[in-house]
Amino acid sequence: MKEQIRPALTMLVLLTVLTGLIYPLAVTGLAQVFFSDQANGNLIMREGKAVGSKLIGQYFDKPEYFWGRPSATAPFPYNAAASGGSNLGPTNPALIEAVKARVAALRAADPGNDLSVPVDLVTASGSGLDPHISPAAALYQAKRVARARGLDEAIVQTLIVTHTEERQFGLLGERKVNLLQLNLALDSLIR
Amino acid sequence: MTMNAVVQVLVFVGVLLALVKPLGWYMARVYEGKPVGLDCLLGPVERALYRLCGVRPDKEMNWKNYGAAMLLFNAVGFFFLYGLQRLQSLLPLNPANLGGVAPDLAFNTAASFVTNTNWQAYGGETTLISPTQMLGLTVQNFVSAATGMAVLVALIRGLSRNTSTTLGNFWSDLARSTLYILLPLSLLLSLLLVSQGVVQTFDSYQTATLLQPVMNEQGNSKIKPTEQVLAVGPAASQIAIKQLGTNGGGFFNANSAHPFENPTPCTNFLEVLAMVLIPASLCYTFGVMVDDTRQGWALLMAMMILLLPFVAIGLSAEQSGNSLLTAAGVDQLSQAGQAGGNTEGKETRFGITGSALWSVVTTAASNGAVNSMHDSYTPLGGLVPLFLMQFGEVVFGGVGSGLYGMIVFAIIAVFISGLMVGRTPEYLGKKIEPYEMKMAALLILIMPIIVLSFTALAISTETGRSSIFNPGSHGFSEILYAYTSQGNNNGSAFAGLNVNTPFYNLTGGIAMLISRFWLAISILALAGALARKKLVPAGPGTLPTHTPLFVVLLISVVVMVGALTFLPALALGPIVEELMIRGS
Repeated sequence: MKEQIRPALTMLVLLTVLTGLIYPLAVTGLAQVFFSDQANGNLIMREGKAVGSKLIGQYFDKPEYFWGRPSATAPFPYNAAASGGSNLGPTNPALIEAVKARVAALRAADPGNDLSVPVDLVTASGSGLDPHISPAAALYQAKRVARARGLDEAIVQTLIVTHTEERQFGLLGERKVNLLQLNLALDSLIR
Repeated sequence: MTMNAVVQVLVFVGVLLALVKPLGWYMARVYEGKPVGLDCLLGPVERALYRLCGVRPDKEMNWKNYGAAMLLFNAVGFFFLYGLQRLQSLLPLNPANLGGVAPDLAFNTAASFVTNTNWQAYGGETTLISPTQMLGLTVQNFVSAATGMAVLVALIRGLSRNTSTTLGNFWSDLARSTLYILLPLSLLLSLLLVSQGVVQTFDSYQTATLLQPVMNEQGNSKIKPTEQVLAVGPAASQIAIKQLGTNGGGFFNANSAHPFENPTPCTNFLEVLAMVLIPASLCYTFGVMVDDTRQGWALLMAMMILLLPFVAIGLSAEQSGNSLLTAAGVDQLSQAGQAGGNTEGKETRFGITGSALWSVVTTAASNGAVNSMHDSYTPLGGLVPLFLMQFGEVVFGGVGSGLYGMIVFAIIAVFISGLMVGRTPEYLGKKIEPYEMKMAALLILIMPIIVLSFTALAISTETGRSSIFNPGSHGFSEILYAYTSQGNNNGSAFAGLNVNTPFYNLTGGIAMLISRFWLAISILALAGALARKKLVPAGPGTLPTHTPLFVVLLISVVVMVGALTFLPALALGPIVEELMIRGS
């Protein structure tokens, strides 16, 4: 037993240097050289300023923007410094009430829209930072956005179609729309 | 299940099976001390390690010395990690000025990472600074995985050696697992992940100007509602090893649901694959080392057959959605424009398939990383991960620990079938006698005892119940899940339960430590006893252990032990909840 004490201590120190220092340093070095955009958060720049990340959602509730999925982060939605989901269980009355309230809010903001409400638009994402909504969730909002901006609904729908991403390699994941990029495209449309 | 879901699952299984043989063969060479192709690069590092530690790698150890070395190394790691968390406020690279971690939380987290569990009672970006994550957590991600692999290799040597008193050298097995297997694979995977958008930087935050300002409900003056503060950090390097080493501890609080941890369906596929890659390949390594690869394939097939039905159940349950929401006027059908299903707690880019497949694989393997919130799963979708852990983490399981658990079940299966047909119980030429059976019984009994006693304690005390988040039977499931996860060194959670309390931190930490080290020590004792035995050639009375018949037998033993022990508890949790949904 006693002769094992020295290797136990030294081995931990050396493996700490190897796996806790050299390894992350090497990965960081290689990542910053070869993939510097991705390694630093895929920022979207407008006029030299970061307006967000391609990968992180933002909160929208003005009628002229597409809205994203509900976010459960604290203390405000889409807090990218404290990710997390709602953790509400499937039978929790709080979940059912929240979903009903979201459906009602969507309906109230868009009277006359008789499309059915896509589930992802009224349920919170796992990270609270989901950058995407489903194409159905975007199309559901096309009429409202078009009205609020005084645009032809067909233009807004075309914008959704051009921003719809297919499954990766035609196989993996789901079809989706990047919300921030869609809203940025809307803003540049007006200018 | 949709057609696309079936294809995604089949591609996953196909790619995994294609990688098992090359990686398994490579790992066998690593443990047999043969050249592996990386020697000119890593050989000098390995020899320097031995020299500085004063270790002679060819000096064989008996099971007691092997176990002592393993325990000492883990004890040192435990105290170092505990101290690091307590004193992190003294370290540099702390822009958010985070303080030291509370004693009970530091104990739980140290136990969690040393035991390869990676249960997280803390939030990554709000509790730990980058140096703690790198020097403490990333290191334990490597060495706890390497410890599991070392113990497995010792058991395999016990089975394959003829009348030997020794099982190899722990320091050499530990160093070679880390250097030749875990480090190269992690380097490769982390770069693949970064190329897709996983962050890897020593900055802590990026800021962006919001398109539309957010109201701050709580009036926190530190947060400017016109700016978005994006937590970043050296994530990719940690995520690669947390997936490969069946650790599961995320860099961010939302774990692999966070877009910076798992940005695309491609990274999701790679991360799911990485969770089972080493546990599956070790089956082939086992086959090579006992000189009969059919034995390894048989165990792998048993694992695969146990896995796939649960994939189907989990996927269908989540895809069919939550009927209580349909009543609220929500469209959950899968169609061209949306994935549909139960999307609460799930990310759009993964949909149901990428999320449900992950939840099954992460609990079959004792990984515990999540890419969706298990607490928000449908009752049946949540039962699947819970039940898979309760098998004792032998369906792939942890790196090393999953296969040594499965070998114990194989020994029990051999013994039971021996009793049934009056044949001598033998496994791989080793007679199974009362001592081995006692060890095997100890191994499978301790886990249910820990899980069920702590669950009973928590549910019957006010302290335990006050942490429950979701009402009704789901609250019971939260507690059962917490101890099942920690008692099996998994680390995933029904995360609504508030586990950062002294009660849960202490009981959970104890569960993790007992479950890991009680098992590892008993395995080494078993390995020592097996190594001493003579290898007897197979006779007409020997039950072959590579046949489909044996695979079926093995599966039945695993299912019966798991089902019989936990069915009553499951009936009080997810099963009641499912019946309530159907009744309403």
